[in-house]
Formats: sequence, structure tokens, C-alpha cells
Amino acid sequence: MADITLRVNGSEKKVSVSPETPLLWVLRDTLDLTGTKFGCGAGLCGACTVHVEGNPIRSCSTPVSQVAGKNVTTIEGLGASGLHVLQQAWIAEEVPQCGYCQTGQIMSAAALLAKTPNPTDDQITQAMNGNLCRCGTYERIRKAIHRAAGNGGAR
Amino acid sequence: MSPLSRREFVAAGVAAGAGLVIGFYLPHGSSSNKESFSPNAYLRITPDSKVTIVVARSEMGQGVRTALPMILAEELEADWKQIEIEQAGASTMFGDQTTGGSASIRTTWDPMRKAGAIAREMLISAAALTWNVPRSGCTAESGHIKHAASSRSLTYGELVNKASTLPIPSDVPLKQSKDYKIVGQRLARVDSPAKVKGEAVFGIDFRLPGMKFAVLSRCPVIGGKVSAFDDKESKKIAGVSYVGKISDSAVAVVADSVWGAMEGRRVLNVTWDEGANKDLNTAAVVASLKQAVARKGASLYSAGDPTKAGGRKISAEYSLPFMAHAPMEPGNCTAHYQGAKCEMWIPTQVPQDCRDSVATAIGLDPDQVKVNVTLMGGGFGRRLEHDYAIEAALVSKAINGPVKVVWTREDDMRFSTYRPASLHQLSASLDGSGSVAGLTHRIIAPSISGQKGQPTPNNVDPDLPDEAGPVYGIPNYSVEYVMSETPVPLGWMRSVYALQAAFALESFIDELAAAAGKDPLKYRLQLLAKDQDLAYFSTTWHTARMRGVLQLAAEKSGWDKPLPAGRYRGVACFGCFASYMAEVVEISMEGDKPQVHRVVAVVDCGQVVNPAILEQQIQGGIVYGLGNALRAKITIEKGRVVQGNFDDYAPLRMEETPTVEVYAVPSAETPTGIGEPSVPPVAPALCNAIFAATKKRIRALPVLS
Repeated sequence: MADITLRVNGSEKKVSVSPETPLLWVLRDTLDLTGTKFGCGAGLCGACTVHVEGNPIRSCSTPVSQVAGKNVTTIEGLGASGLHVLQQAWIAEEVPQCGYCQTGQIMSAAALLAKTPNPTDDQITQAMNGNLCRCGTYERIRKAIHRAAGNGGAR
Repeated sequence: MSPLSRREFVAAGVAAGAGLVIGFYLPHGSSSNKESFSPNAYLRITPDSKVTIVVARSEMGQGVRTALPMILAEELEADWKQIEIEQAGASTMFGDQTTGGSASIRTTWDPMRKAGAIAREMLISAAALTWNVPRSGCTAESGHIKHAASSRSLTYGELVNKASTLPIPSDVPLKQSKDYKIVGQRLARVDSPAKVKGEAVFGIDFRLPGMKFAVLSRCPVIGGKVSAFDDKESKKIAGVSYVGKISDSAVAVVADSVWGAMEGRRVLNVTWDEGANKDLNTAAVVASLKQAVARKGASLYSAGDPTKAGGRKISAEYSLPFMAHAPMEPGNCTAHYQGAKCEMWIPTQVPQDCRDSVATAIGLDPDQVKVNVTLMGGGFGRRLEHDYAIEAALVSKAINGPVKVVWTREDDMRFSTYRPASLHQLSASLDGSGSVAGLTHRIIAPSISGQKGQPTPNNVDPDLPDEAGPVYGIPNYSVEYVMSETPVPLGWMRSVYALQAAFALESFIDELAAAAGKDPLKYRLQLLAKDQDLAYFSTTWHTARMRGVLQLAAEKSGWDKPLPAGRYRGVACFGCFASYMAEVVEISMEGDKPQVHRVVAVVDCGQVVNPAILEQQIQGGIVYGLGNALRAKITIEKGRVVQGNFDDYAPLRMEETPTVEVYAVPSAETPTGIGEPSVPPVAPALCNAIFAATKKRIRALPVLS
């Protein structure tokens, strides 16, 4: 066990866990932030995507010790005031079906728009290809990202 | 899937102070607490005009929490903005609550319409009495009853007390589709905002105070058992509080967190009694299918006599592997055993089966088990099983406290129930013009229901009547089913046997078109040219409706227009769950691998309730079907499932996803299924496009092996 401090969605959080615990389980089971999902546990599906210092990472495969002292943003912290432009676009394009993977999808898309405010189709595919969706919402995700980009993108 | 029984439907009760309640049936003993009645009704209106509609099917992404209330709200003439949705748990009020078989709309269309219409008529009566005017002068409109002659209006909320005192009419008029204001509209799904904010509570997200987490070590060999286990190392893991054998084949590790339980399991030492299947492999499974070929089949459909049809003979054999559902949310269940009762929170398609199975497993009566239905991160049939619910109840009983059992992805992949592997023998006789004079399709596959010990009348798996119907009015036509056996656990996976049947039949029809030198789409239209009604179990398939979807698919895909260089097309059509579907797949080849660029999908599913949800279902079904066709294959070695995660069982990703255009034939017919019918035509349409590109016929799935 180790005491680890991290900044989650702007607040300092001290946790006492084994240092190799994946960030995913610290978020979900210790901090009760269940918007970040468990899909594969192996960095293959992207359902657990969060931002560390603005970069998208797979929290299921990231030991919490690696993010000590760093800024972590989860879906709960994405729209600082109301819905993020991507969340609005996700609703407008009727993206979610079961919705389970969508928080991870949105986090990947948010990281993309932060660096590439007007992505091409290829850039979207490259950024989103690591996020699986078994409901098959990929084309709507693509449309929603274009829509969000057209509405200011990385707000 | 039985719709709500008449008796339960009319057994409506009224609870004082609760407003107007339709379809609410007071079970014995619950009438004493009138303020907190169970939400077992379809509809509840309170004096503040809040309209609560209860959804008695499970939401797994297919949109029932939006579409089913739309049906009721239409007849109620409700203001959609005032609707609140409530999820029913396992109940005795709603008939069979199984969510599957593309049946939610099909089986609740009538009860939901009637529930809304009865309430509407009672509210009209209440207003007429209040104003002392004839009923005929009163109309229901957007949450109000209006009296045009006197320009008076009352909200539904203002009328509930009066309406509650009125007798419940047994025969009420239903609206005509031309008058629909809600049904047929692209209303936004009610659950999207919570889902994009991460606030939606899926089964895995549900929490109870003091709840522990458990993962289970299950025998990796099918049918194997726990021989012994050593938990010394597991108990050294921080947070691990319990390790114990909870069934013949599983040891549970309980901890304060999922990670703690996973770590505890990682170091758990279990000795297995591997049992009879320890040497089972895929080759043996295929061999058993081949052995079953010689058996006499049960007739599913028979017209004329294909053995007497003369002409040119063509035959081919097709095969498909086991497949796994792999929903995004792995299996999980929360249970709180409390001696004389047990409460469960389950992402399930079968709340009633979970209730009954759990009760048996932990020695309670079914009414001592309360099942709450959570949101599901996909289902695709995997959550028609009750295995994870029983596990959670057993662990909760063992530790005497609340616990959530969580499956890892590897657990989901290796301990699933699989789409049956199957073999298909097709033979045909072509007449002088190349048309099909006779056709035989023999389906050789194990029975899902049979393996589970459920009835298989006349040696026919009970799913086949929904999933393997005749497509064409071929004069001599036989569809047979040969039941084989396998020790590999079987389950109902999206579109069930229709996927196998359509792959074989629609690939073979393409072979016949090629043999006849005909355009494959025009060849099919010719086989459907004559209006015929094909009776198949309880469904009658109409060649005219299949022809209609195929013609529209031809038009929308531009079938008659030339494609750019390097692009190729394939077509397939199929009917299942009483809906008609045609798909045109457009590809290019990159080496041996097809890249799918565009799919045009046309459905005739009767009245469309919500076109936006319909599009989602069809687009999603096609992506699912493409993943199935390209790569889905579960194999067995030494009695163990080989595949474990999304690397060796790889679903479709964005880079492989085509544009899917969806068209629905306008119809006011009773709605039919939509969750599954788009899946079966994908594989044959894809393989037919590959044939167009390469002249290579794919007779075994997956395409990429």
C-alpha cells in the first residue's frame, strides 16, 4: 500500500492503494467515478480512456503510481460548465445506443479536438480507432466529431 | 414470448391518492401500503400531470426506454415533455419480460396502445362529467382534455381524481396510423444525456453501502470441476476478505475492490478435475457436425418435391464457427442476500428467469427474490443467461453481505455461451432458363434450447420458426433441420440461427445466379416475381414484401449504374423475426482483404415507431454482422476456449466501418422485429461482393481466418 496524491477533475485526491493498481480501479472503486468504464483490462477497447495532463490514456493499463501528482480528467470533469461541445454533438447526432463505450469515445475525441480543432476523416479514424463500440456507432461518432469541430471544437 | 395476458391487463386497480393507475394489479397483501405501491403498472398519472410510463423490457441499447413509451403516449395523447420513464424489475404483471427475439415492440405494441387508450377514454369521461357535457364534445390533446364548444380545458393532472373513480372500459378505440403524432417521429432517446455525461448507471456501476467485489476462478475446461484450492497467496493480497468454493466449478475471491479481487484470483491456486472434455478441440466439433449429416432431418418448410425437380444439379456445403457476443460491459451482478430475502441488481434480458433461477440456487421462493433491472452495456443475447446472477447470489449468501460479481473480458470470452457452429448442405435444380426448379437446404447444428434441457418439439429447435423461413416461392423447396450435439455451451446470439441460414442460402442463390449467367439481384427478383404467401410456422412470408425491399435496395444502391474501377457489389435478402431485409454491400479488395465502403439497407418492418432508433439498430446490426463475417471465430483446444480478449477476437473498428444508408418501406402494418434482421444478410452480401471481385466463393466463415 502507498499513499498517492493525484489531481482528478481539478481536485486533489489522496488515495491509499497498492501502487500498481490501475488508475481505472482507483477512479471507479476508490473515488466512485464510475463514468470511466472497464471493457477489456488490456488497453484494447478504449472504454477506460481518461486524460492525463491532457493526453488520452487507457486507465486500465496505467498504474496509479504513474500519475501521482498529475492532472487527471475523467468524463465527469469534461464539461466544466454544462455539456462539453462534444457531449452536445453526441446527443444531436444520436450517437449512444447502449452507451457503455461512449464516455471513453468522448474522451478520445476531446483529446483529438484539443490538438486538432478541425480534424479530417483520416485524423478522426486514427484518433478513434482504438475505441471499440459493439453497437456499431462509429459513423455517428465521426459525424458528431465533425459537428463539434464546426461548433468551436475544443472548448 | 407471450404478450401480456388479458387477465393481467384488465386487472387494473386504483390506489387512493395515487392518481389514475392503469394496468396496476394489486398482488395479495400489498394493498395495505397505498402510498408506496410497486411500480408494476404501465402508466401512472399524478395530480401534477406527471405521466410515468413503466417499461417492462430491458434497455441494452436498442431504445426500448424511448420507443415503448412512445406507443403508449401516442394513444394517451400525452405531452411527451411530461413523460417520465420507469424501469420495471422482475414482475408478475407484464407477462413474459424476456428482452430478445426482436420482440419488444412486437409483443408490447397492443398492450401499450390499449393502456394509453383506456387512460385517454377515462380522462375524457372524467372531463365530460366534470363539465356535465356529452363525451362526444370532448377531445384529448397534448396532456389536456378540451371542450371546444365552451373553450374549456383541463390538464390530465386535474382530472386524475375523478378518472380514478370511473369504471375501466374494456373496449376502447385505437388511433389510425395517419393520425399519429408521436409514433413515427424521430424523438430523441431519453437516455442519451446521462450516457454522454457518464451518469448512466450500468450494472457494473451500481453500488450498495458496504458492498464487496468478487471475481471467480472457473474451471477452464468445459464441464470441469474444482478438485482443490489453496488460498494462502490470495489472502495475502490487500483487501481480500474471503476465498471460497461457491459451486462445483468455481472458487470466488472477494475483496474491497475489483482490482483486489482480480489480484487475489491471479495468485489463487486451484486444482481442476478437467473431466470428460479435457481433450476436446475444434476438429472434433466439426467432425461431430459432419457425422450428423447422415441423420434424417426434421422438416421446417416443404413445398412440392425437390427430389423430383429435373434439370441441372448444383450443390454446395457451407460452414460457420462458434461466435461470442462480447458486449462491451462484461458480465456482472450485484446481490444482497439477507436470509429470508435476496435483492439483485442485474443487467439482464431475463429478469424473471434470473429471479426463479436465483431462488432455486439459494433455497428461497421466487417471491423472496427481488430483481432490479439495470442498464446494460450491450446484450446481443449474452444476457439471456442467468449464470452471473446465480454466482452473485451464491457469493452473497456465502459472505452474508452485499457483493458485486464482476467478470473480466477473458471471463466473458471463455465462459460465454456461443452461437452454434453449423454446417449447411444446399442443392438445387436449375430449369432450362436457369431459374430454380427445386432447392433443398439442410441445416445441421446443435440446438441451443435442447442443450439447456428446454423442449424441442418434433426435433426442431424452437428458435428456428423465427429465423430460418423460406425467402423465395420456389416450387419445390425443402428446408430441413438436423439436430446435432456439442459439449460447447450454446447461447442465443443476435439473430441466432438466421445468421447461419442466411449466409448459406443467400450465398448459394448467388452461386445459382452465377451458374445461370444472370445478374444476382435480377435473379432474386425473378424468384420473387410471383405474389405468394409462404406459410412457415406461425409467420406467413409474402414474396411481394421481400420483392419490395429488394427493389428499393436496387434503386437506392444504384445497382444498374456502373461502379468506379476497383469497386464491387454484392446483394442478399432475408426475412427473420417477421421483418424483411435487403442489403447491398459495396467493397474494394486490398490484397485478400475486403474493405467495405458502403452498405445500402432496406427494411420492411411494418409501422416504424421511431425512425432514428430504427436507423441506429440497422447500422449497428450491420457493423455487428460485418465483424461476425470477417473475423468472429471461437475455437476450442484441450477443452478450453482459445480466444480471450479483443486482440484474438477482434470486433470491427472505425477504420473498417462503412457508410450505412438505411431505408424503411413506408407501412402501417403491425410492427415487426428490428434489432436483429439487419444482421443475417451482411455476411452473404459481403461474400457475394467478394465473389464479384475475385470469382472466389467463400463457403466458410469467417472471411479472414
